[in-house]
Amino acid sequence: MDARKVVIELHDVRRNFIVGSETVHALRGISFKIYEGEFVTIMGTSGSGKSTLLNQLGCLDTPTSGEYLLDGISVRTMKRSQRARLRNRKIGFVFQNYNLLAKTTAVENVELPLMYNSEFNSQQRREAAVKALEAVGLGDRLEHKSNQMSGGQMQRVAIARALVNNPAVILADEATGNLDTRTSFEVLVLFQKLHAEGRTIIFVTHNPDIAQYSSRNIVLRDGKIREDVQNNNILSAAEALAALPAPQDD
Amino acid sequence: MSIANLLKVALKAILNNKARSFLSMLGIIIGVAAVIVMMAIGQGSKESIHKELSTMGTNLLTIRPGADMRGGVRLDPSAMQTLKQADYEAILSEAKFVKKASPEVTTSGQAIIGSNNTTSTCYGESPDYISIKLWTVESGQCFTEEDVKKSAKVCLIGKTVVNELFPNGQDPIGKTIRFKTIPFRVIGVLKGKGYNNWGMDQDNVIIAPYTTVMKRLSAQTHFNSIVCSALTEELTDAAIEDLKQILRRSHKLKESDEDNFTIRSQQEFMDTMSSTMDTITIILVVAAAFSLLVAGIGIMNIMLVSVTERTKEIGLRMSVGARGLDISNQFLIESVTISVTGGVLGVLLGGLLTWACNTWVGYPAVIPMWSVIVSFAVCVLIGIGFGYIPAQKAARMDPIEAIRYE
Repeated sequence: MDARKVVIELHDVRRNFIVGSETVHALRGISFKIYEGEFVTIMGTSGSGKSTLLNQLGCLDTPTSGEYLLDGISVRTMKRSQRARLRNRKIGFVFQNYNLLAKTTAVENVELPLMYNSEFNSQQRREAAVKALEAVGLGDRLEHKSNQMSGGQMQRVAIARALVNNPAVILADEATGNLDTRTSFEVLVLFQKLHAEGRTIIFVTHNPDIAQYSSRNIVLRDGKIREDVQNNNILSAAEALAALPAPQDD
Repeated sequence: MSIANLLKVALKAILNNKARSFLSMLGIIIGVAAVIVMMAIGQGSKESIHKELSTMGTNLLTIRPGADMRGGVRLDPSAMQTLKQADYEAILSEAKFVKKASPEVTTSGQAIIGSNNTTSTCYGESPDYISIKLWTVESGQCFTEEDVKKSAKVCLIGKTVVNELFPNGQDPIGKTIRFKTIPFRVIGVLKGKGYNNWGMDQDNVIIAPYTTVMKRLSAQTHFNSIVCSALTEELTDAAIEDLKQILRRSHKLKESDEDNFTIRSQQEFMDTMSSTMDTITIILVVAAAFSLLVAGIGIMNIMLVSVTERTKEIGLRMSVGARGLDISNQFLIESVTISVTGGVLGVLLGGLLTWACNTWVGYPAVIPMWSVIVSFAVCVLIGIGFGYIPAQKAARMDPIEAIRYE
């Protein structure tokens, strides 16, 4: 069998929402395993249940039925505060619209998750944040405030924030959705670099092109898995970036 | 999150919205300043009344004729004439806790010298009166027991009388003034005491031997009152009891008879004045405290707005691992920081106003230390109390909805 470590394991996960008198089945029995070091894209059209699945994976929500193990820990019966702790230690979020704190420097933004971890003192916090920013190539922008940065830079700060707690999995929600083509590729290059370093990444998107750069692609439709395929021909985002027409300076 | 980090986050949030934070603080600033000033005025008045009454002697006892019937009971005029020479002598010889005593007879009238005149009150007293009422003879000397025996036509005059009758600064000692129709030789001038708290000029007095006043001015055989000084302030109550027994014996009252005299201590009078002042202070402070309540509601309002505005931030914090408690603490600390900062500024403003009150208005005001401490405590309570609902609102947010809030 597979000797790799399982980071995420879903077993017949269902999630129903009661809207008025109707029950909406957002997830209708999802089962999969994600192993350490995978770069998985989860795709699907609007209404396919990918946001609901992301909330489950991110421990922001719990399944109506089924089992979800994150790094071997069962999430379904956890209380709010326990899930908050789990998010703090095991998950790094990257959002579509960056969600940086306004008027706050890059390094302070990256420190944020560690503020809720009493094992870090202020010095350790800063060291970890600086390291994470260096890892995303922003070592020279530590004290820049969020409103003094470009979209790509802000997203890289957000990625650094997702890395800083050394999470079991990085969850990206349309992380390139707000960026232009060039910047999108720059961010993808970064994700591929993290993947190469052995990080587990789940990238939720509706953009089919991105699947070419990941190692595995799961497609959702109507709350069920329609397709789950390994990608044996991973394209290099760096090459794609180089192939783009040079930015026009005028 | 640790308290230090929470404080840092709170300060940052407050500084990010300087104008708004200051405006919500303003209510607290004004409220606390008002409370402090009101308390300072109350305390200042109390202290100045106390000081005032102390200048008349804190161990002072006043015996008046008539039973202790306040509130409009019609009296037989003879009941007001019960204090006689025999009572005075009995007190002098028998009272154990009384240091000094003086009968008192007063009459008002006009004092005249040359073309100058003034309306004043002539107090007929014994020489001990000067020390009982803590007067000081500034120049000249006091009259003696000898003068009392002879009903000598000598007097001491207060500063106001000096100024009115001797406007050109002549030395009044040895001059003869006329009070009503009787000439008095001025043998001493009293050191000024100024106005008392009721606006009465304490220096508008003429003091003469009581025998002189009784025989020559008012033609009466009874005293208006007898003033005594107890041995010490602490012995005042014992002295009152002792004096009661002496006077009952001297008045030959039966066991069943009520006292036909009343003894009042300065202490009692001071207590009455203080409690009146306390009541007024409480009313003023309660009025000022209402503005604090309004300020608290202002803080709650602004915190509710702030929570809604920062929904996304709350969602983000939750998604990176903040528990509901962390979020609620964050907003509580923020509202407490606003109210306590307002409190500090309010105390400073209150101090400034109190100082202005003393310096420019000339009204005595003293800030009681405990009022500062209470103000701080109240500010913390306001911060927690009015910050609680917004903090709970923030803590209960669903991170999924909060993070996508636009």
